[in-house]
Amino acid sequence: MKSNSLETHIAGLHLNSPTMLASGIMSYSVDFFQRIAKEGVGGIVTKSIGLESRKGFENPTIVQINNGFINAMGLPNPGIASYANEIKKAKNVLNIPLIVSVYGFSIEEYETVAKKAINYGADAVELNVSCPHVKDTGLEIGQNPEKLFRAIKKVKNNVKKPVIVKLSPNVTNITEFATIAVEAGADALTATNTIHAMAIDIESTKPILSNIFGGFSGPPIKPIILRCVYELFKTVTVPIIGSGGITNWRDAIEFMLAGASAIQIGTAIALQNTKVFNDINKGIKSYLKKKRFKNVEQIVGLSQKI
Amino acid sequence: MWSKLSAYLRKYNIMRTIPILNIKTENQTTKTITFNDKLCSRAKPGQFIMLWIPRVDEIPLSIMNSQKGEVSVTVKAVGSATNSLNSMKKGQNIGVRGPFGNWFSTRSNKCLLIGGGVGIVPLYFLLKKIVGDDKQITFINGAKTENELLFMSSIKILCKNQTILSTTEDGSYGYKGIITESLTKILRQEKFDIIYACGPESMMRNVFDIAELYKIPLEASLERLMRCGIGLCGSCVIGQYRVCRDGPIFNSKQLRKIQDEFGFSRLDFNGKKIPI
Repeated sequence: MKSNSLETHIAGLHLNSPTMLASGIMSYSVDFFQRIAKEGVGGIVTKSIGLESRKGFENPTIVQINNGFINAMGLPNPGIASYANEIKKAKNVLNIPLIVSVYGFSIEEYETVAKKAINYGADAVELNVSCPHVKDTGLEIGQNPEKLFRAIKKVKNNVKKPVIVKLSPNVTNITEFATIAVEAGADALTATNTIHAMAIDIESTKPILSNIFGGFSGPPIKPIILRCVYELFKTVTVPIIGSGGITNWRDAIEFMLAGASAIQIGTAIALQNTKVFNDINKGIKSYLKKKRFKNVEQIVGLSQKI
Repeated sequence: MWSKLSAYLRKYNIMRTIPILNIKTENQTTKTITFNDKLCSRAKPGQFIMLWIPRVDEIPLSIMNSQKGEVSVTVKAVGSATNSLNSMKKGQNIGVRGPFGNWFSTRSNKCLLIGGGVGIVPLYFLLKKIVGDDKQITFINGAKTENELLFMSSIKILCKNQTILSTTEDGSYGYKGIITESLTKILRQEKFDIIYACGPESMMRNVFDIAELYKIPLEASLERLMRCGIGLCGSCVIGQYRVCRDGPIFNSKQLRKIQDEFGFSRLDFNGKKIPI
């Protein structure tokens, strides 16, 4: 049997391809998960789920700037109890890892939601300690070393499955926060969430997003996040999942050469539609073949050797 | 498999802020708002735009007409955003993104258009585009009462050699009853190449069931809560489809795949599935 050169591993999770769905994108419906599973997605991270349901912000919740987007959805989600059915259904029909993204308005909420998600069948949790647009959660944990440590530790102590921590780029030195996350027990890091940003309409003279501030994603942020991944690979030993403006297989390879064991795709779904997963996987495969690498794990962090 | 027609065009999604050119009152609750926008004026019947009311909301709206750089949308005041939009004045700024989504096919010869209430909007646009193309058209419109039958005088002019069947629930104009009764009545007598439908989802579900029974291809324009309009946020998911990106027009084959949800459930703002 021919081995799968795209196979990769993140903290005990087995991924058939390194190309994952990023949190926040299209992640309410299992039917849609199945659709992208057919496109070769290696793992799915759900929309961030909290203890209670949330309506999110009024529109506009997204605004395009050149090829990038600033979004402030406001963490709309049905709450963990209602989402239980989707998790269970997803586990029945999908044969790829399902990672539930978790947020909370307190450290206890992170713990409760993470525990429930795992009980309902999630293969891992990704802690959203980096959402830049909702008060009292996300970034307010991820920018505070002490809270960040306690939140991760609390979840780690109470769940048996891998805990992935999604870092914020909105800090002076990302490696300090990564070190704290790993010390607290993070099994892997996702680098990174969106960059805090805004847009103003000059005709009406008003901010465009209803929340005024949002998170910038897409191709324009790629070089910044790539630098974060490169720095993190030097600092930590846990696997890194690269996420930030990856649109094609070249971007994906770049992130892996910098040190990412897997990558997440979000904004590129708008730009390229769902075929983006298959396109990237095919591109990675031919690159590996051309460069005579046996598998994708061989190129992780290769650019660090200079 | 997935429509190439819904390809993402970056420049279409950049918001343009423009003054309202004209406002026309259609009835007590409904207005038609016209503005200049080159990109939207290239829209095809069935496509929609995202319209920003600064610091209030941004909502999806079907395009009612587009010609020579001018674009019109027809808005029924049903909530805070639409109320606020309908109280705006000529010259005030709105933001637009789009056009988005796919559009009605226009290949078939013998067409039946069926629209309920404000759902008539994209069908009126379709009618304007296809009426000169040597097609045989039957136009069924329905509403609760006579003054909710939109664009009636224009439709009469456009359809002077075609068939119009109007239905009102209170009998104030045309047939008294519900719109799908008119559909069944005509399908018992005539065969059509295609049915185009837009209206309340329960009505469209009935149209779908009737079209399946009479084995006539259907294209229905679906509505869901929308946020991004470009297939990212997941607010408008129905089954494996996103209404904004894979729709808003769905054909019979696609509708069969979402039979369990179509006409029965939708996602609310929290992403929770609720009955329609």
